[in-house]
Amino acid sequence: MGLRTILFPEHQRSGAKIIDFSGWEMPLHYGSQIKEHGAVRTGAGVFDVSHMTVVDVQGADANSYLRYLLANDVNKLNELGKALYTAMLNHEGKVMDDLIVYLRSDGYRLVVNCATREKDLRWMADQVGKFDVELKERDSCAMIAVQGPEAFDRVRTAVSPAQAELIDRLKPFQGLEAENWFIARTGYTGEKGLEIILPGENVSAFWVDLVASGVKPIGLGARDTLRLEAGMNLYGNDMDETTSPLEANMGATVAWRPEARQFIGRQALTAERATGVNRKLVGLVMESRGVMRRHQPVVHRDRKIGEITSGAYSPTLGYSIALARIERTERKALQVEIRNVLHSVRMVKTPFVRNGKKVYRD
Amino acid sequence: MADFPDSIKYTATHEWVRREDDGSVTVGISDHAQDAMGDIVYVELPEAGATVEVQDEVGVIESVKAAADIYAPIAGAITAVNEKLEDAPETVNESPYEDGWLFKIEPIESTDWDNLLDAAAYMAKCEQEEH
Repeated sequence: MGLRTILFPEHQRSGAKIIDFSGWEMPLHYGSQIKEHGAVRTGAGVFDVSHMTVVDVQGADANSYLRYLLANDVNKLNELGKALYTAMLNHEGKVMDDLIVYLRSDGYRLVVNCATREKDLRWMADQVGKFDVELKERDSCAMIAVQGPEAFDRVRTAVSPAQAELIDRLKPFQGLEAENWFIARTGYTGEKGLEIILPGENVSAFWVDLVASGVKPIGLGARDTLRLEAGMNLYGNDMDETTSPLEANMGATVAWRPEARQFIGRQALTAERATGVNRKLVGLVMESRGVMRRHQPVVHRDRKIGEITSGAYSPTLGYSIALARIERTERKALQVEIRNVLHSVRMVKTPFVRNGKKVYRD
Repeated sequence: MADFPDSIKYTATHEWVRREDDGSVTVGISDHAQDAMGDIVYVELPEAGATVEVQDEVGVIESVKAAADIYAPIAGAITAVNEKLEDAPETVNESPYEDGWLFKIEPIESTDWDNLLDAAAYMAKCEQEEH
């Protein structure tokens, strides 16, 4: 038997199909992945993301430690609660993980992936060295995401007046605390929404209240198609320790300035940039029938130039979309090999979908 | 729990086969199979008029999760395909044994039928696959 979040009994009650996700027994869907996807695009959905890893970084050197550890620069966080998306690189300039870091009054809060938990915690501990910092994993907390155009309204009715007031005042990509609940305007769907880290003993009642008010429980299946439509990377699929952030469409999250800031991987990335980055992560759309899937070859003039890193049927668009890592090319018309047949696809700029609408362009 | 009607037969590759009064057979995928695949998004069917052998790949079903080949359970000529599935592939999820049928075959060999699994044997096979 795998690990279970506090909400496991609620998933069972809602008829979830349970799968193993990095050792956790998590809901894949509660009946129909496509309906769940649609609920987030047009109404509101709630996700159990308690399996994700929350680490608080505190101490006199928290700032200088994170400026060394992360490719993005936490000095960009100029307001309490502000969040930053960043890669954590190894010395070879490859991606150890991607994560979100929030500025808090007593330090920083990091939310890292579940599948990479042990590796990340070990790496972060190994980098402490002479820095005066303390790393505290918050494993007694639960975490849920409420996403969709109606998410704010639904959450407001299910929280205390002080928490509702906080939600009204939050800016995009900001997370603050009210009555022991950490509430952030962040997400992984391309919709308006909140991610909430709360004490484990509060989470079941909150979940039940949200579902009673019409918020649909959403499984990992729809979580994946929602993030793909939003053009967001998934660690382990779209980047890993064999790829640099420059090959994973994460160049904008690398803070090159100030030049004096030495962060792990900087030297390797600088060398890579000087010799030229040979591969890039691009969006593909295939408007004909069929579904692009991970590892299928991307072909140009009978030559394989890369492969799909994430592919799916897009419920919002009604056809298949994908992310693919390919050799640099200006050609927009490419092909993908699906079960020995070449299909025409088009390279596009991601995201594919934002706020329920098609937004990609050639 | 998936539905395994015992009035029809099954294959190890999760097709179901129903004998009609006119001697033809109707083919679909089982409730167990549609449930395991999740939401179905495309169905590719054979051409009406094609002749098929047992275990020929005659179509593909793509779901949110995976692509699965469809095999001919019986040798013969394809006499009809369910064209409604082109625009409404979710019918296979909603009604795998009725509205979600895939195609019909006019059989050549009557012994093909006897090689199919009955409901109990098919159910046992599905349980085995899950463990």
